[in-house]
Amino acid sequence: MRQIVRAASLVYALAVYGFIFLPVVVLVLFSLQATSFPIPPFTGPSLRWYEVVLSDTRLTSALVNSLLVASISSATAVTLGFLSAWGFARFVLPGSSLLRGLITLPLTVSYLIIGMGLLVLFNWAGVPKSLLAAGIGHVVINLPLCFAIIYSQMGDHQINIERAARDLGAPEWKVLLLITVPVMAPAIFAGFFLSMTFSWDEFVISFLLTRFDTTLPVEIWNLLRSGLNPKTNAVGSLVFAVSIVLVVLFELTLLRRRRT
Amino acid sequence: MNPAGNNIVPPAGRALPRASDALPWALVTPALGWTLLFFVLPFIAMGFSSLTAHEGGGFTLSNYSQFFTNPSYWQAMVNSLEVTAIVTVVSVLLAYPFAWILAEQVPERWQRLALMLAVLPFWTSYVVRSYSWLLVLAQNGVINRALTGSGLVSEPLQLANTRLATVTGFVHFFVMLLTLTIFANLKQLSPSYRKAAADLGAGPVRTFLHVILPLTLPGIMVGAFLTFVLCIGDYITPQILGGNNELLMPQLVMMQIGRRGDFPLASALSIILMAVVTVAYLACARWLKIERA
Repeated sequence: MRQIVRAASLVYALAVYGFIFLPVVVLVLFSLQATSFPIPPFTGPSLRWYEVVLSDTRLTSALVNSLLVASISSATAVTLGFLSAWGFARFVLPGSSLLRGLITLPLTVSYLIIGMGLLVLFNWAGVPKSLLAAGIGHVVINLPLCFAIIYSQMGDHQINIERAARDLGAPEWKVLLLITVPVMAPAIFAGFFLSMTFSWDEFVISFLLTRFDTTLPVEIWNLLRSGLNPKTNAVGSLVFAVSIVLVVLFELTLLRRRRT
Repeated sequence: MNPAGNNIVPPAGRALPRASDALPWALVTPALGWTLLFFVLPFIAMGFSSLTAHEGGGFTLSNYSQFFTNPSYWQAMVNSLEVTAIVTVVSVLLAYPFAWILAEQVPERWQRLALMLAVLPFWTSYVVRSYSWLLVLAQNGVINRALTGSGLVSEPLQLANTRLATVTGFVHFFVMLLTLTIFANLKQLSPSYRKAAADLGAGPVRTFLHVILPLTLPGIMVGAFLTFVLCIGDYITPQILGGNNELLMPQLVMMQIGRRGDFPLASALSIILMAVVTVAYLACARWLKIERA
């Protein structure tokens, strides 16, 4: 009986892994295709489509835009998230739980609706579509994440270190910069890298709020109009590689936190 | 309620001797301000917009009444609900045994690696992942080549641009998500439950049906609710994989903006979509509470 369960489990697990990995393997495999169609039979290997992508100025500038928007919006989100998490964890504020709820509220609303709302507002206010507008939207979706991660890591042992610093005469800003930020660094980096992955991959808000200069997911979307194309596979594989790097950084900072 | 107990650990805020009243507000105001300005205010703007006429302005309820009278708008909501329900059920059914295998059959020291592998494709770009399914499902894609090549079918099957393709793309995403939530739930269960059930004479099947499954139900419900919310609000997967054979709600919303520039109608449809999610939340929250009591 045990043997049967084990064998069935193995088959099932392999089938699910197969299902989960099928599209990714196909994507990367056919990005190495030598001919012009990303379909079987496989005729590679060749790196020519990666060369095409890296010499395509639309794609490379979209890639730079994406990295810029992701890093600046994540830095903003993590700064706002950190300051508010510190404020809520260390001070008693009236209506504190309600206000914390307000900060985390955007997590429950779909990106499409957040983007729509900003589009309507900016349209009324006469703010033109731009990377800045999209970046503002990215802060809206990532601020609650950064806040939640950092707030959950504000432990009591840190209060004592901060108190000790105050007793030794440090003003508030010194406590914040020289004690709390270094102590909380793993959580801050974890929040930053997680926002980076979400902003880097975000499509709907960027699609609605940018026009001429836009981010990589939107450029990829435009590429899809040309049908199946090894160029799309190559750029998709590159995006995957960057995301994996960001996730590994997130994991590493999280692991560092666990050890301390 | 022990009044003396309150004094053992003073609240964190009072432990700060030199904090002026302005400081805590200076810390939380930027985040609160951002949320109010770029999340709450846009939402109010959208509410106002949904009550105005597309041409000429002026207040009207016609954007909402259109939804109830135009059968194609209704149909989009029906399609959305159907697809979301199918995706949620199929994803839970696929993910549960998988999460169970990872939690119970995989040796402890390999579990983290096994789980990381299972969610690795989670981190590919969402747009790219839907496109990858197109490579698999297209007329001359991997599956059709394999089927015709092996002589199982003579004509390529129509797999892309169908509801099946949309559901496949969604299930792919949510199996990973649900595996995470159910796995976490299974790992939290104390092994003593299983031992107790075995001591009382229950076989593995009965232990699972009467002990493990009910105890993991809250986790399943949370995951299923998350699936529902993310699935019904998603534009990318149905647009890339489903084609335009049947419209889902987010596609309908985007169509009002893209083709017609009709912000008021798009706003009204978004608000209706949000109302459906809120109803689902209330239904779910109530159900969960009853289960826990």
